[in-house]
Amino acid sequence: MFEFIGAIVLLLVGGMAAVAFHSRPGPCQTAGQSGAIAGSLLGLVAAVRILVTGHPETLIVTWSMPGGSLYFQIDALAAFFLLPVFGLSLVAAIYGRAYLAGRAGGQGLAGCWFHSNLLTAGMASVIAAHDGLLFLVSWEIMALSPFFLVIFDDRKAAVRHAAWTYLAATHLGTAFLLVAFVMLGQAAGSSDYDAYRDILQANPGLASLVFILALIGFGSKAGIVPAHVWLPEAHPVAPSHASALMSGAMIKVGIYGLVRILTLLGPPQPWWGWLLIAIGASSGILGVLFAMAQHDLKRLLAYSSVENIGIILLGIGVGVLGLATGMLPLAVIGFAAGLLHVVNHSIFKGLLFLGAGAVQHGAHSLDFEELGGLLKRMPWTGAAFLIGAAAIVGLPPLNGFVGEFLLFYSGFLAVMQPAPTIAIAGLVAVIAMALISGLAAACFAKAFGVVFLGSPRSAEAGEAHEIARPMRAAMALLAVLCIVIGLAAPVIVGASADVVAAATGVPSGSVRVQLATVAGPLSMTVSVFAILIVMALLAWLFRVHRLRARRIGSGPVWGCGYLFPSAKMQYTASSFVQPLTTQFHLFVRNREALVPPTGYFPTAASYSSDSGDPWLRLLFAPTFRWFDRIVGRLNVLQRGHIHVYVLYVAATLVALLLWAGL
Amino acid sequence: MPELALVASPVCALLLAPLLLGLINRTKAFVAGRRGPPLLQPYFDIAKYARRGAIYGDVTSWVFLLGPVVSLAALMAALLLVPFGAIPAPLSFSGDLIVVAGLLALGRFAIVLAALDTGSSFEGMGASREVHFAALAEPALLLALAVLARITGALSLTPLYQGITAAAWIAALPTLALVAMTLLVLALVENSRIPVDDPTTHLELTMIHEVMVLDHSGPDLGYIHYAAALKLWILGSLLVGLVVPVRSGIVWLDGSAMLLGMAVLAVVIGMIESAMARYRLVHVPQFIVGAATLSAVGFILILV
Repeated sequence: MFEFIGAIVLLLVGGMAAVAFHSRPGPCQTAGQSGAIAGSLLGLVAAVRILVTGHPETLIVTWSMPGGSLYFQIDALAAFFLLPVFGLSLVAAIYGRAYLAGRAGGQGLAGCWFHSNLLTAGMASVIAAHDGLLFLVSWEIMALSPFFLVIFDDRKAAVRHAAWTYLAATHLGTAFLLVAFVMLGQAAGSSDYDAYRDILQANPGLASLVFILALIGFGSKAGIVPAHVWLPEAHPVAPSHASALMSGAMIKVGIYGLVRILTLLGPPQPWWGWLLIAIGASSGILGVLFAMAQHDLKRLLAYSSVENIGIILLGIGVGVLGLATGMLPLAVIGFAAGLLHVVNHSIFKGLLFLGAGAVQHGAHSLDFEELGGLLKRMPWTGAAFLIGAAAIVGLPPLNGFVGEFLLFYSGFLAVMQPAPTIAIAGLVAVIAMALISGLAAACFAKAFGVVFLGSPRSAEAGEAHEIARPMRAAMALLAVLCIVIGLAAPVIVGASADVVAAATGVPSGSVRVQLATVAGPLSMTVSVFAILIVMALLAWLFRVHRLRARRIGSGPVWGCGYLFPSAKMQYTASSFVQPLTTQFHLFVRNREALVPPTGYFPTAASYSSDSGDPWLRLLFAPTFRWFDRIVGRLNVLQRGHIHVYVLYVAATLVALLLWAGL
Repeated sequence: MPELALVASPVCALLLAPLLLGLINRTKAFVAGRRGPPLLQPYFDIAKYARRGAIYGDVTSWVFLLGPVVSLAALMAALLLVPFGAIPAPLSFSGDLIVVAGLLALGRFAIVLAALDTGSSFEGMGASREVHFAALAEPALLLALAVLARITGALSLTPLYQGITAAAWIAALPTLALVAMTLLVLALVENSRIPVDDPTTHLELTMIHEVMVLDHSGPDLGYIHYAAALKLWILGSLLVGLVVPVRSGIVWLDGSAMLLGMAVLAVVIGMIESAMARYRLVHVPQFIVGAATLSAVGFILILV
């Protein structure tokens, strides 16, 4: 616990020191970065120690705030979720300094470091909180600090709009959580998690209500459809290392909240599992469909986070269904799959966002139609991005595949159960997962292929340069983790017994027994990985051997019969996914504007497509416009004189006192 | 089963896979009234490519070189997990069918990226179609395997296929027949056969696989052709293992029944290619989704 508090203090001190040095970019960066690195390392030490020993650690400090206490408790589940938070904060800090270095005049540096450190501290505090009020306060810190990261480039109107979207979305989500926690506090008479647990287990009706509220509240932070609309707005405009932190760690805190609430709710109902599977499947499939339709690399990655949250919820849904029906293998393997994907996604999504930042640095654009051929100019970034892309698609022998293997495994187990309802749920999970991974392959073939392969589509992409060493090191670290977790999967899954036990409430011994049933298959999977790598090496050597004494020429590729093919004639990102976006037009709803060439000598012709979010356009925008009209009538109260507002405050107080007195 | 039988299935695959292509081509030639190329022509082709030098595009990178290598390695690794009817695969463990699906996806991803690496709109078009159809074929494959897993109670391909006996067919005839239809369609889709794709032309309007590999040459092209033959073998043995439920326990009997079944499959594919025209591209997704739906119907039939 000492290290955990130390980590929070170091993060905050680093952030404040950065603010203190705000006029001098060098010291400001050093202060922010060293605070973040030292704090994250210390936090990692704390989390790893708890995971290794398996003993929860507690800290209770009396607090002057009415109705709550400063009650931290880190059990295996919390420690597990602290890993991506502190781990990504560390990597983002290594990357961030060089990324921010090019910023003219050091504008906004202090704010960026302060708020990213505050975000990390807030996330850690949310995860470690064991008290409802402390949780809500930490949640607000965590929810507000990204606003300042998103609005980093506040001179652009689009950025301000994105930041407001984020702010509205996060508060809508928090509203549901507030209701849930207030209800719990009312019923339990205390804000302690243990008190919540007692009251919830005695009251299944309240538990179902709290489950729904928590699902909406935490789901909107995690980015489930349709509460995902803030992700594609906020992630692209934030600095890339902040996007990595938000997408890799912050949305996982939403998942943490959901899992934590599930541990308090008592025995789950089967329909909770069904609902989670349905939400997981729809978020996963819609997320990846939206992702592939995007024209901007970071928007694509943001939508892909929606997809991966869907995958995580599929695993948790299968697990909850297993818990509700008393099928331990489903419960344990489903939760293990979801939790493993939490860590995996934070690694490869962090890597991909850092890669996107590198592309922006090197080629000054994130628009697919202005990129291309970067692998030759940015070999390190390209290789790291390729590993991240292959991992997120779920290809062997990387970490993404291991998580999907467990998820498919739990789905197949459900399919083989005699009870029809469970078998159908399992089949839904299997089909959804298969469709998601197939579509993700298309999506990331586009992302990597169009950005890094072929020829440059613009002059800037043709003159792109490789990025600074620390940024490369940060990406290399995450890329290596993708490979290591893939190859060390049996060990990692075996070691996660305490975490799964804490998440499911199943005794640790039974969890171990269930995890042991997948340990064998996982080791065999890793041996297949080894065979795969050896075969690839042999095939490569044989190829080199065959070509040693032969003529190797080079020439232009097939240009479809054109004598002077240009880079503009390459297949574009939009055309690559057009068959899929057309087939799924019901969901994707790209808006297209086509002015076709007409007549014998056509002069003007144009085509454009807009991949704006249909949920934002068709659901949220009209709702908010309507709301704006209604609430606009209250404008009469807004006088702009401070004494009028003081009058309002006084009147409210008097009214409240009267109400309390009567 | 004797120990030797454990290596029988991959060795058969490595040696005989190109023969399937030869048989298909011979069947097509026969139906068309031609003599056709020799049965062993695919072997001659692969040997010829292995002896040649190579020409690479000006814009391509190492991704282009890795594509054929990774694709071949992935399919060879998958061969170790796929049983040949009753003859077990060398490696068998719960969930190996998921690994097979993952390895097929890896091989495809590698070829798609290699195609995009050329920067030619021709290859880009092929890659775009490949990922489109593959995204639909992957759920169909796992759906079909999930139905078989529920029938046989096995999560590993070897016991799963050993569980598909004549008795299983009698017990769940409609479902197994529907799954067999799905697997036949998948064999055509995944191997770029008519009515999805035409493996004999390089025409822009219809091509998928041949378009993607247009700029490969020499040993790389040889790898691609050999990997394509192995893929046909893998998907073929998934189908033939299902429709030929000979499970006598005698290796040579089971093996010959499977080999005969594979030969019949090659002839059937040849007949389909002779009798049918390619679908228009927009109809291919309906074809795949329809095939997947057959398995879903089969699943509902065995639910209770």
